[in-house]
Amino acid sequence: MLNQYGYPSPEQVKSKFPSLEILVKPKAIVECYEKIPCNPCSTSCPFKAITIGEDINNTPVVDFDKCTGCGICVYSCPGLAITVCEVLEDKVRFKIPYEFLPIPKQGELWHAVNRKGEVIGEAYIEKVTLTPRQDKTQLVQVLVDKELLYEFVTIRSQDYE
Amino acid sequence: MMRIKEHPILDFSKERKIIRFTFNGQEVYGYEGDTIASALSALGVKEFSVSIKHKRPRGFYCAIGNCSSCHMIVDGVPNVKTCITLLKEGMKVETQTNKGELYDLK
Amino acid sequence: MILNRDLVIIGAGPSGLCAAKMAAEAGQKVLLIDRNPQLGGQLIKQTHMFFGSEKQYAKTRGFDIAKKLIDDVKKYPDLVEIWDNSTVVGLYSDKVLTVLTGETYRKVQAKAIIVATGASEKVLAFENNDLPGIYGAGAVQTLMNVYGVKPGEKIVMVGSGNIGLIVSYQLMQAGVKVLAVIEAAKVIGGYKVHASKLRRLGVDIITSCTIKKAIGKDKVEKIVTVRLNEKWEEIPGTEKEYEVDAVCIAVGLSPLTNLLAMIGCELKYVGELGGLVPVLSKDYETTIEGVYACGDASGIEEASSAMVEGYITGLAAAKKLGKVHPQYDELMVDLRKQLDILRSGPFGEKIRKGLAKLEGVKEVC
Repeated sequence: MLNQYGYPSPEQVKSKFPSLEILVKPKAIVECYEKIPCNPCSTSCPFKAITIGEDINNTPVVDFDKCTGCGICVYSCPGLAITVCEVLEDKVRFKIPYEFLPIPKQGELWHAVNRKGEVIGEAYIEKVTLTPRQDKTQLVQVLVDKELLYEFVTIRSQDYE
Repeated sequence: MMRIKEHPILDFSKERKIIRFTFNGQEVYGYEGDTIASALSALGVKEFSVSIKHKRPRGFYCAIGNCSSCHMIVDGVPNVKTCITLLKEGMKVETQTNKGELYDLK
Repeated sequence: MILNRDLVIIGAGPSGLCAAKMAAEAGQKVLLIDRNPQLGGQLIKQTHMFFGSEKQYAKTRGFDIAKKLIDDVKKYPDLVEIWDNSTVVGLYSDKVLTVLTGETYRKVQAKAIIVATGASEKVLAFENNDLPGIYGAGAVQTLMNVYGVKPGEKIVMVGSGNIGLIVSYQLMQAGVKVLAVIEAAKVIGGYKVHASKLRRLGVDIITSCTIKKAIGKDKVEKIVTVRLNEKWEEIPGTEKEYEVDAVCIAVGLSPLTNLLAMIGCELKYVGELGGLVPVLSKDYETTIEGVYACGDASGIEEASSAMVEGYITGLAAAKKLGKVHPQYDELMVDLRKQLDILRSGPFGEKIRKGLAKLEGVKEVC
């Protein structure tokens, strides 16, 4: 599926998520399924929570005990393959990387989009950060419905046809 | 207009000096930093030359000086690689329709 | 009149710049020649963050890497002389180069030469493939990311290697609609993280599919695609028409070996490395002593490998001319290890195969 269409299977996606008990705190979901020579997620993590090792072709392994969900890896990943996820009472909070215009603004409602690029609901924009360190990759914090936990991956402007 | 005004990664907002030139006799303009090919592309011009034998229209292909598909006559000089030649004020740019003829050095 | 120079490096892309930096660091005088008005080669149009490790500037955007590498060589103004806007039009076996800068023609006698000329984009055979508006994917990247001009409003990308996927994403960032990415093979060619980035934007990636023909009078207006079966044959009835004002061809690169052929070093066709490539020693020396080749000119790979190869070649060429870098041995060990790691994963398999073939040639001769 991933090799043919560019999106992973639901099983592949779920394999990258820790249990719901762990997700009561924000955790990095690293959707890196393929061995490629790359390791900034691991070297950028201030808590040493992501391990790749000396062979940078290894896929990353997240230690959810160490991960604080800070989001540094989200904008450090050249493949934009990392989000941070936190399960609240009836919503899920995500931090996602975003490299398009317009820049979302706090309080706006955007489309919630799945890995196939389909609109699956609404995303409430909680916060947008863009520090010099992020090097133009915006970090967008959104709230989506809890059912979208394993579905949601990005946002799209509601004005985009 | 094919110019990119805003971009999430790159900054194209800086004011740039207008560079006037002629394209097949018509007065047009591009900006400082443009190549002849980028200025023409911004104006929507796609045909830069015609093929030597069958006279089929040709645009640029590689944009980095490899393929020879963007050759034009510039200030009377044929076979100028317009994709790596910077635009200059008053340049006379013409569609090339043959192999190019010998010219005198200025 | 002939100008005498010690080490001449042709091409100031990632590999040439890194070679110049290392040679200068070793104390070697360098003449760096590039035909473009800007140095940096194809890095200047790369807006995405690079892969690899910190040693190859991972997570830095390509155009920022270009700035760093250019700054590196400019730290040695007494050692590195730069001729931009200058095309090497001839390379002769006595190490004489002829260089054209505008209308000025110069002859240079070198003691050693590094050819880091990079690559050119391949073309694809289909009906009307010469219509204006059909561009190499790299050309489109140059046009939009260096000059800020969109190639069109609606595009189809042909080829799903890393270049096809990355340029498609960058087209979307520039506000161009990518209607589809088509790929003749059964699976996506590039990194899946790039494919996923695109897919979540709603861009269709269609495998087992190719372009049948382009339609248009003076420029491309429509294209017809067709699905392919297991034997790569067209499946009748699966044709699909797209209205486009531009098409991008991203079907791979060929090493630019014209100058290497001209000087007469041995070349060998290795499909895995993109075509004709020079036979090289471990130090990137061709079959002509004192003539080196590195980066894409010696075989198509990622820019991260081109940089590392450039460092190795710069060190080796400087040593040949008597300037041994104070950390020569440690650096060589580390750089060769970096290359091994970059090439060791599944994406390096093709390179490893290609290099093994080339290695075989050397043993024979």
